[in-house]
Amino acid sequence: MSDATLAEICVVACAEAWRGDGAVLASPIGLVPSLAARLAQLTFAPDLLVTDGEAGLVVPADGGGTVQEGWLPYRAVLSPQVASGRRHVMMGAAQIDRFGNQNISCIGDWARPKAQLLGVRGAPGNTVNHPVSYWVPKHSRRVFVEQVDMVSGLGYDRAAKLGAPGFHELRRVVTNLAVLDFAGPDHSMRLASVHPGVSVSDVAEATGFLLAAPYQVPETRLPTSEELVLIRERLDPERRRDQEFG
Amino acid sequence: MTDSVAVRSAVITTAEVVSQLRSGMTIGIGGWGSRRKPMALVRAICRSPLTDLTVVSYGGPDVGLLIAAGKVRRVVCGFVSLDSIALEPHFRQARQRGEIALTELDEGMFYFGLLAAAHRLPFLPTRAGLGSDVLRVNPELRTVRSPYADGEEFVAVPALELDAALVHMNRADARGNGQYLGPDPYFDDLFCLAAKRAYMSCERVVPTAELLAAGPPQSLLINRSMRCAVIETPNGAHFTSCVPDYERDEVFQSRYAAAASGGPEAWREFAARFLTGTEAEYQAAVAAVVA
Repeated sequence: MSDATLAEICVVACAEAWRGDGAVLASPIGLVPSLAARLAQLTFAPDLLVTDGEAGLVVPADGGGTVQEGWLPYRAVLSPQVASGRRHVMMGAAQIDRFGNQNISCIGDWARPKAQLLGVRGAPGNTVNHPVSYWVPKHSRRVFVEQVDMVSGLGYDRAAKLGAPGFHELRRVVTNLAVLDFAGPDHSMRLASVHPGVSVSDVAEATGFLLAAPYQVPETRLPTSEELVLIRERLDPERRRDQEFG
Repeated sequence: MTDSVAVRSAVITTAEVVSQLRSGMTIGIGGWGSRRKPMALVRAICRSPLTDLTVVSYGGPDVGLLIAAGKVRRVVCGFVSLDSIALEPHFRQARQRGEIALTELDEGMFYFGLLAAAHRLPFLPTRAGLGSDVLRVNPELRTVRSPYADGEEFVAVPALELDAALVHMNRADARGNGQYLGPDPYFDDLFCLAAKRAYMSCERVVPTAELLAAGPPQSLLINRSMRCAVIETPNGAHFTSCVPDYERDEVFQSRYAAAASGGPEAWREFAARFLTGTEAEYQAAVAAVVA
């Protein structure tokens, strides 16, 4: 019986997004995705490139901490790192719909929003150029909506209309309840796994659109004991990870 | 003595910067979010009679302060954020009240807009923005088709031409060379090249021969062809970060954000304490908080 917390299960579920990516830049936005990228780099995805939050590329150092291996200022991220496709970002989403259209710009009418948020940031460019995943710490009908107010990141329906060259790919959405992918009909969102103690109907209830699901929904895998040690002792000894669930 | 030819000094005062700007101008501001922003110059504009500005920025508290001072007609950006505090309160409120116009671009589109202006090109093509609502909310944006066999369609990002650029460097010399010593040049050289006039504030003006004592040749981001006027403004990026000279003042930034989102009374109080006086008075008021 694992004593893993929800935050630790989410860190591992986010880390899984980068499995098999090889030597690409992992760009995590937010604490849980940041811990996840470093965990992936420390374990099953050692080729990943990870930044120090500024322009430094870092790899794990012997005996803890990191050592800088490279330099990637913002201008090199925006071009050519993004456009070359050698990147997989995990962003947040204030709203997301069943085809993965994402909004981080504003809520309500763009001309005079009810709530101004960040702006589209790099979401439009990210989603047409390289794999993108999302982290949603509070799975609810406010986030998982029929239609987003300002499409920042492209979903599969919009990407399909663009046609070639087809660099668009949404990998997974990790939430406090479940892991979702886009293996539903026409690349719609599908329930891939539920976290321990969460039922399929819990997820359906918290989702504002009809979610595809397999006949039997597996449970999200638990962190291994090695992963737990790395999270607890090396990556986040101050337990900041618990604070991300508002 | 090899310096027999007199070096023409590019050093001017903050007051001279403001006197050379005009209401209605399009002003680009370097840095990124709450990092290495030319805040002393921004504060000077806030105190000036200038108004109706279009501000082009990877936005941070520069945008927020100018909005709060009533200087901004339009913001051109991909985001406005304080980094460690995700949302900029003044920008939020101004948008929610419909007080400012916005040209909202993807971060990469913004880069290509600067690059186009710096290259004197009318536009540059990119995939960024295609299919997104950036094209819906900016109906003036056009697409362009590849003339080659692929025939692919791209967004034609128009050049972000600037009347003036404001950037902040760690070091500069009196000739107008500028040096950044932190981890990221951001886009400051491009802002200068995209602008008719460029203004570079710096932590310290040093003799040319001393520049390479502080950092390697590639840290010399701004060269004289960018024709920057130089303004010495110690602690002039405060409260944004200006490493290695200083980190972001997180305590002060939190105080700023709390005042900005705390209603008119809280903001008036903050502005009266920190923003109504000269730059020297601002720095003294900040030092008094720390003391």
